[in-house]
Amino acid sequence: MQKGDFSKDFVEKIAQDEPQWMRERRLEAYALYESLPMPHTTEDDTWRRTVDMRTQDYWRRTRRHLRGFAVDNYRPTIGQNGDTSVEVPKDSEDAAGVILQLDGQHQHTSLSAELEKQDVYFADLHTALKERDELLRDYFMTKAVTLETTLKSGNIATSNKFDALHGAFWQGGYVLHVPKGIRVEVPLRVYIRLSEEQHADLSHILVIAEENSQVVILEDNLSTNQEAGGLHSGAVEIFAGQNANVTYVQVQNWNRQVWNFASHRAMVSKDAKLCWVTATFGGRLNKLNQAIVLEGNGANAQMLGLAFTDARQHLDVSTAQEHVSPHTFSDLLYRTVLKDRSQTAWGGNIYVYPEANYTDAYQKNDNLLLSERAHADTLPGLEIQAHEVRCTHGATAGKIDTDQVFYLMSRGLSYAQAEKLIVDGFFEPVMERVPMESVREELQEFVSRKLET
Amino acid sequence: MCNDLIIQDLHVSVQGNPIIKGLNLTVKQGEVHALMGPNGSGKSTLAKGLMGHPFYEIDSGEVIFNDVDVLELEPNERAKLGLFLAFQYPTAIPGVSLANFLRIAASAVRSAETNGSENNELIPMREFRKELRAKMTQLGVDDSFARRYLNDGFSGGEMKRAEILQLAMLEPKIAILDETDSGLDIDAVRIVGESVSSLVGPELGVLIITHYPRLLDYIRPQFVHILLDGRIVESGGWELTQVLEAEGYDPMREKYGIAETVQENTI
Ligand SMILES: Nc1ncnc2c1ncn2[C@@H]1O[C@H](COP(=O)(O)OP(=O)(O)O)[C@@H](O)[C@H]1O
Ligand SMILES: [Mg+2]
Repeated sequence: MQKGDFSKDFVEKIAQDEPQWMRERRLEAYALYESLPMPHTTEDDTWRRTVDMRTQDYWRRTRRHLRGFAVDNYRPTIGQNGDTSVEVPKDSEDAAGVILQLDGQHQHTSLSAELEKQDVYFADLHTALKERDELLRDYFMTKAVTLETTLKSGNIATSNKFDALHGAFWQGGYVLHVPKGIRVEVPLRVYIRLSEEQHADLSHILVIAEENSQVVILEDNLSTNQEAGGLHSGAVEIFAGQNANVTYVQVQNWNRQVWNFASHRAMVSKDAKLCWVTATFGGRLNKLNQAIVLEGNGANAQMLGLAFTDARQHLDVSTAQEHVSPHTFSDLLYRTVLKDRSQTAWGGNIYVYPEANYTDAYQKNDNLLLSERAHADTLPGLEIQAHEVRCTHGATAGKIDTDQVFYLMSRGLSYAQAEKLIVDGFFEPVMERVPMESVREELQEFVSRKLET
Repeated sequence: MCNDLIIQDLHVSVQGNPIIKGLNLTVKQGEVHALMGPNGSGKSTLAKGLMGHPFYEIDSGEVIFNDVDVLELEPNERAKLGLFLAFQYPTAIPGVSLANFLRIAASAVRSAETNGSENNELIPMREFRKELRAKMTQLGVDDSFARRYLNDGFSGGEMKRAEILQLAMLEPKIAILDETDSGLDIDAVRIVGESVSSLVGPELGVLIITHYPRLLDYIRPQFVHILLDGRIVESGGWELTQVLEAEGYDPMREKYGIAETVQENTI
């Protein structure tokens, strides 16, 4: 593994064994990265709430920078096969396929013989560049997460500095391609790990489910070293082809020293179904752009978010639900619990194109504050250009209810037990829609750990 | 150990307003007491104060139970000693099933009984389910009840039955029932009344707080107390309920020189 810095030379070094088109895309992204200033937390609308929101003074003092953050403090790397001594987690035993990555280096891939026979392709992105040139050329940052945002929703930045950084320096990640008509019944599992100090994880994820296919991906991102500071600048691109059924679960549990910037976008075709679960527990500062684009008639997407922040964590999420075609359905439910002095900002937008009649779009963000000093900002939004539309949106933020705590304690529960039950109950509407018992259990486990610390 | 509940010269205020103004009452294990009073006289304030709700400030007085002054204790510690309150308006806990909650509650209360220490071990699932099902059948509660979210979207009657189910499962020594009969139709009052009466025995002392004497047709109290303006003005036996039934509270107010408090709504 070679370490570098975020320079043009290093882009050239990374690209030297890659196809010419990828080299060009990297350089194009690098040029954009160079030309864009670091996000300005007082002037850039989409970054306004990515800083401490409690005091105006703070804004005045910090002006343009994300306090405590400089890209140059982190190191991109290149390298091929990693350290094969890293163990594949036990819970992958039942998976139909497994990918494991550590510090941007691919460690392990497996895929069941049955799926291989069915031409399901599951590989780290560097291998895929060699083996699936055309597929990648077609999909990689061209349709979903691109350098120029094609979204109409106003809450997600066009030409994001971090998307450009990612496009220039991406390392690691994987591609999953499920051919037409193949229905994968057993989940695939992905483990993305960070362990090294100052490391930049720049994973790129591409999920392409062709017509009439079905697949479930369970991915977790976590730090194995609780002290190591790091940077994650990631992208997730999901394509649910016509009548495909895709479930994608990402559980993020970086340590509290990791700066986390990511753009996630899914394109949902005619009659396709997407169930998308995003769980956020880790990170020092998280800036997540997440969008679904309902491209074809009858497209259906659920966006489920579950987050739990503590200490001085900051989580800023912008979501977009874009209804391009008629008869489309989307339902977003994001629930966040905040502890200590943590802060969250959620801004959501539903955008319904003029042609997209007979659309149902729902959006709900609820926040439960366990501490006086936690702070949640929530900003639901709608832009509706069509006439025949059913939309609801709503947002709540409230402190833990004294009467609920009293009721439970009057039955013998300690404060901690009462709090836990109330938190579990608060997450339940999200949990009950999470498709697998094993995932629910994992999420429960992370929630319990957050409550105990 | 003495399982009587002894309230001595208790003063409780809410948001700085004195509501309970020097109340004395002793409920012994095995006894049934009725506390009657008009709306706004302070019945719920007494009940929540006894259980330790943080909004209800204890200004002075003592409440002795199990030989300790429970006013020093957290609500859960009071529950572990064997004090129970059936709420007039139970709180909904969305997302938490009645069964899950009751298993945790019963485990907490029972672990205190056996060794007195903080113990988070849960009653084994099968054992708990069996017991819960038996008690639910006994109280005529539908099986689906256990899976529903606690008090969430419950009708008035369902809430009160859920309270009695909790009473049956937690097996306290002293139970305070705060208007468990209010808002129920005749049939529901009968079911609740019969359920409670089946639980009454030498192990359980009950303080039935009520507005009307309806519930008392099913559980005959040995002692009846009248609460007016934060004080017990009269105590007696069954005959007191008959006086109230016939005359209402007005003659009693006149007798003790207490003006009718105007209530915008019942709390
Ligand atoms: N949580 C509360 N906030 C404000 N006032 C309250 C509260 N609880 C009770 N009170 C006041 O205390 C008085 C007694 O109320 P309460 O104890 O509910 O009476 P009862 O149960 O006998 O109808 C009333 O004047 C009521 O307005
Ligand atoms: Mg009352």
